[in-house]
This record gives sequence, C-alpha cells and structure tokens, in this order.
Amino acid sequence: MTFKRFAEIGRVALVNYGEDYGKLVVIVDIVDQNRALVDSPDMVRSQINFKRLSLTDIKIDIKRVPKKKALVAAMEAADVKGKWEKSSWGRKLIVQKRRASLNDFDRFKLMLAKIKKAGVVRQELAKLKKETAS
Amino acid sequence: MAPKQKARNPELIPGVGKVSRSKMYHKRGLWAIKAKNGGKFPVHAKQEAAAVVEEKQPKFYPADDVKKPLSNKRKPKPTKLRASVTPGTVLIILTGRFKGKRVVFLKQLTSGLLLITGPYKVNGVPLRRVNQAYVIGTSTKVDISGVDVSKFDDKYFGKQVEKKKKGETEFFEAEKQEKNTLPAEKKDDQKAVDAPLLKALESVPDLKAYLGARFSLKAGLKPHELVF
Repeated sequence: MTFKRFAEIGRVALVNYGEDYGKLVVIVDIVDQNRALVDSPDMVRSQINFKRLSLTDIKIDIKRVPKKKALVAAMEAADVKGKWEKSSWGRKLIVQKRRASLNDFDRFKLMLAKIKKAGVVRQELAKLKKETAS
Repeated sequence: MAPKQKARNPELIPGVGKVSRSKMYHKRGLWAIKAKNGGKFPVHAKQEAAAVVEEKQPKFYPADDVKKPLSNKRKPKPTKLRASVTPGTVLIILTGRFKGKRVVFLKQLTSGLLLITGPYKVNGVPLRRVNQAYVIGTSTKVDISGVDVSKFDDKYFGKQVEKKKKGETEFFEAEKQEKNTLPAEKKDDQKAVDAPLLKALESVPDLKAYLGARFSLKAGLKPHELVF
C-alpha cells in the first residue's frame, strides 16, 4: 500500500511521451509540483512534466544538479544500463524493439522455429502421456 | 564564378541614376574610343539586307485552315526505381495470379518494368515482367552475380505475331496446337537463368523455403508498422 518509487533527485525514469520517447533519464532537480529537471548522457538537460515520466526502481547517488561529467560518472558507478537491461521491464523493451525490427525473411525463419519447437514439445508430451497411461 | 559586376550607373530611385550624363560619358570611355578613331565616333558601313527570296505561292492548299499540333519533344525515361528495389532483391508480388509470391528481381527493362524470376523450380514463377507499383521490396538480397540477363528485353516478352492461315477448317485445330506449348527456347532460357540462382539460394539456410512460401497478412500484423 505504501509507495516504493519516489520522484527524487537521482531517480532513473523512462520517458513515455514526447520527443525523447523511450529514453532513460535521471531526475536531477525538482522544479515544482509538476515538473522535474531531467538529464541523460545523450541529451541536453531539460525540464519535463512528471506525467511524461515512468519511474523505475533504479536510483543513483548524485547531488542536486550535477555537472554532466559527474552525472555520467555516477551512472557508470551504479551501472544503470546493466541493471536496466537485466530488469524484466528492460528486457521486455529490448524484445519489443527486436520484434519490431524483424525483416520479412526473419519473420519466416521465426515461424519455422516456432513450428519446430512446438513439434518437439508435442513429442515430449506424447511420451509423457504414454508413460502415465501405461 | 566571378562575382556580379557592379552596375556602372546604379539606380537610386526609379528614373534617377547616381552618375550624371557627363560623368557617364567619361565612365563609358567614349572619349578613348573617339581618340582611337581620330576625333569621331567610329561608324560601321551599313550591312546590305539579305536578299529576300520571293516564295512561290503553292499550287494547291487545303480548303480549310488545319491547325498544326504543338510539337512534343518529350523523351520518356524508365520509371525511377525505389531505393529498396535493387538487382538481387527479393520482391513480394501483390497482384495477379502470383500474388503473395516472393520472387527474385533481376533487372529493370527499358520500358520501366521489372524483370523477375521465381526461380521457376522453387515457386512456379517464370521469367516475367512486373510493374514496380505492384511490388513490395524486401530487404533480403540474393547474389545474382552469376546470372546473365543481357539477352532479355521487352521484345522478348511481346506477343508473338501469328501467321494468318488460309482455310477455315484447319484454322481452329492448328491454332490450338500452337498456343498451348511454350517454345523450347524459352524453357532453356528459364533454366539458364535459374541454375546459378538456385546455387546462390542453397548457400543461405531456409531461403529456398522462404521463396517457396507465399506472403500473407496474419492476425496482429500491421503493414504500416512492418519492416520488410
């Protein structure tokens, strides 16, 4: 019932609307009730509405409004990228991206692989059924 | 290119130049031209006007004035190929009896149509012409360096002119026999083009099966979001 993810300085968030859609950013300062100052190694520091952010579990240790170098260093130290890519949310996004970028030939190969896998599963299931029946 | 030369007498206001008449005289160097010519401005002898050849009135002319159509010197070019369509690309045909078939693109003919082949053994599509508009270019490429397509042009695919036969009773029977079979020459051409292609296909796993299968939209696929 209590909140676990807070919009605080150092919180890593995912932008879910607008130009920077899909980017992982760090909240670097709070402007007011609705907006935060947000920064990332590959973007210019800018303000963004909280409604456009989805907070993640990851938090890094930074002082209020760090210099870009300090921010990058802190992100490396906390291994934000690694943690994100290991998290189930991060993995899901990576898979979604991969699926969207599949070529027509890739989709065909995927279909063949699915059929093969289903065939193997069905064989094993049939074997198990036989064992329990006998 | 050299920068535009400054106008000798720039217009300050419409009708009013910057430089006065006397200054302009000096600027244009008329004094120098006159000096060269010994005090007077050089005069050229009048050129005799070219003798006017009297045109004879034509004997006959049409009763009504017929309007001459405007001349058209336009030379049509073969259609511009989309960036995704290059020789060796796998194309998906969208219309006609081969709709959905995945096919190899060989070259663009002078008429602008695309020359394609199945290969015939793989999916039943022979050497054929197809319009670029009815085709999706995928990003899958096949190596067609071993294929010689220089002998194919639009004439090869044109309708063969049939010799007129005299004698009505023989007409129908003979026609039927001629139309049904494809000349052996074309079958050999097909084999010649397909042989190196099939070898290239074997080198990539699943590519032959891919070309043998038809494309179709399944549930959940959104064409505007698909990457081909």
